[in-house]
Amino acid sequence: MYKYDKLDQQIVDERVAQYRDQTRRYLAGELTDDEFRPLRLQNGLYIQRHAPMLRIAVPYGMLSSRQLRKLGDIAKRFDKGYGHFSTRQNCQLNWPKLEETPDILAELATVEMHAIQTSGNCIRNITTDQFAGIAPDEVIDPRAMAEILRQWSTFHPEFALLPRKFKIAVSGTQQDRAVVQMHDIGLEFYLDKNKKMAIKVWVGGGLGRTPILGSVIREHLEWQHALTYCEAIVRVYNLHGRRDNMFKARIKILVKALGIDEFRNQVEAEWLNLKDNPNTITEAELARVSKHFDTMPYENLSAHDAGFDNSIASNPAFAAWVKRCVHPHKQAGYRAVTLSLKPHGKAPGDATSEQMWVVADLADTYSFGELRVAHEQNLILADVKLGDLFALWEKARANGLATPNIGLLTDIICCPGGDFCSLANAKSIPIAEAIQMQFDNLDYLHDIGDIELNISGCMNACGHHHIGHIGILGVDKDGSEWYQVSIGGKQGNDASLGTVLGPSFSAEEMPTVVQRLIDVYVQERTPEERFIDTVRRLGLAPFKAYVYAKEEIAA
Amino acid sequence: MSNLIKLSNGVATIATDDWTLVKLPESQVEQRVQAGKVVLFKLTGEKTVTEEQIANTTIPASGNIIVPLSVFIARKDELKSRIQQNAIGVWLDTHEVLEHLVENQPDLNTLPIISVHVERFADGRIFSLGTLLRTRYGYKNELRAFGDVLRDQLFFLKRSGFTSYQIRADRSAQDALASLNDFSQPYQGAVDEPRPIFQRYNRGT
Repeated sequence: MYKYDKLDQQIVDERVAQYRDQTRRYLAGELTDDEFRPLRLQNGLYIQRHAPMLRIAVPYGMLSSRQLRKLGDIAKRFDKGYGHFSTRQNCQLNWPKLEETPDILAELATVEMHAIQTSGNCIRNITTDQFAGIAPDEVIDPRAMAEILRQWSTFHPEFALLPRKFKIAVSGTQQDRAVVQMHDIGLEFYLDKNKKMAIKVWVGGGLGRTPILGSVIREHLEWQHALTYCEAIVRVYNLHGRRDNMFKARIKILVKALGIDEFRNQVEAEWLNLKDNPNTITEAELARVSKHFDTMPYENLSAHDAGFDNSIASNPAFAAWVKRCVHPHKQAGYRAVTLSLKPHGKAPGDATSEQMWVVADLADTYSFGELRVAHEQNLILADVKLGDLFALWEKARANGLATPNIGLLTDIICCPGGDFCSLANAKSIPIAEAIQMQFDNLDYLHDIGDIELNISGCMNACGHHHIGHIGILGVDKDGSEWYQVSIGGKQGNDASLGTVLGPSFSAEEMPTVVQRLIDVYVQERTPEERFIDTVRRLGLAPFKAYVYAKEEIAA
Repeated sequence: MSNLIKLSNGVATIATDDWTLVKLPESQVEQRVQAGKVVLFKLTGEKTVTEEQIANTTIPASGNIIVPLSVFIARKDELKSRIQQNAIGVWLDTHEVLEHLVENQPDLNTLPIISVHVERFADGRIFSLGTLLRTRYGYKNELRAFGDVLRDQLFFLKRSGFTSYQIRADRSAQDALASLNDFSQPYQGAVDEPRPIFQRYNRGT
């Protein structure tokens, strides 16, 4: 993964000093709340319900064991001994003290980490596929370009105070796992007909209050121009995006209002002036950064391992875990492993300090000392030998990290919700926990099969509920908490937005509502049909009819 | 005491202001749609200047003055000789359209100063305006930010081509000087240093 040189380190160290002084001035009354707000937000610090929340950047989801160990240490020393991994591949602390945040950032800087631009109206952390570099369907490893984009966007002076937040995702696979269509800019890397790296550029996607899938603004962009083309897009947005109404300030609203053709014309006109300027990426710079993402020193292994095959045959629990939590790898004899942060009855995405230390050790022992954060809020060990899987499983299981539910109903994607977040209309974690307990039967879960359930506590959609096969949105009705349910959303190449079933439900009704959706699916499905396929084939009607069949709700 | 910071050859100092700012009289007219480049869309409710305001603007008879863009365009004939003597500068709001200035004054460098008014410090349009004036329109003279100008935006203003900063009256310009140097080696190319870090340094291979 990318290692800082002294220039990178200097920038992060100077940021700590800058933020320490800003915090000092705020506490001394030299900065008002309004003046300090954008400064602290651009350092990931929210003022929340109980305490501030600090969002730490995990650039494109990559972590070293040393960094994860430090996160565990920080959570222990400055917080309540746990952290929350978010749908933006970042790590959040829920209980830090404002006065101590400069010290936390100083600690982070010692392991090449920071909280720069994890919030606020600026270009945020760049996200990508959690299997980047190892996925069998990968055409281009997008991490070097993600790092180049990270450096370019860090303190970009022209884009320091945009109308609203701005999210960029990159991907280089056949099957999109970075949800490029729901980002402000999505960069889809591919090999063009000359076998050169090129980019399909998406713009104006996003969830939130007004969910919109992105549009293609350019089918073919040579990689050298990635930064200048993004500059053109963000400049048009910076100048013309709305600033009078924060709910209409995202780039998607501008693109929708102008139409993609007019927006494209403006961007292309701008780009003519920027193309080939010094921010054009050089071969040398791409080569330098790419070196950090060189292929791991894999052993030459056979595609099969007898010990592994024996364990599968003799241990059904291990076999069930492998089925859900172990993923294909481009290198023979290796696999990627998802460590589930979704044990039933616990807040999705949370990890204790002890778990972080354990995962750091597992990464050192089995996976070249590196790991990734998935946007589904789990941790990934990307390079594990087949023959090590059983030993890894035993250690993970002993530490509550081996729930074999990846991709199943209880692998719920969930925002922190009303328990922590001051924006939320409703709690989300207790709903997730109740659903997990309703379906706390692994055989049944495996029978239901692949399904994605997403929960957001408000329309800001941090839980990405619009693209859940089942999406749950917390809404406020006359001061009490209700839940709106949609079905038919999906991430990936054939992304779609879910459709709302009907009137919302109380928290107590939610496990039954999900149960009824599943009941309809199980009854109606054809063999091999996933929940989303059944929904797409049948439409809303049968699901809606059964969910709202009141007389039977006691069943 | 002056609250103006001026940057000259990379050195920032507190300087006296040689310019008088000419303001528009208050408008009696409701705010209405600003017709920018994005005519159909941009219903942002920002003020447009009325003809009455332009006509009622008091222009001092002598001295170095910075006039509002709308007045500069509408009453250019009155100012002609003073423009030639380099005694007239122009200021604009962040929602105004740069092209209107350029169409009316093709040689921007006859203006010794262009000043951009930022109503709220969180309005980042000012950075794009500075960048465009310097890179697209080749403006070389003093470029000033005034209004809600605070020290924590200075580094970005400097990088976007601004060379003077009228710090908000209730804040210390002396304290603000330090923030111009928050970072010593920025990553990306911008107005003050067009080369990104990978063009300036050999970062190894």
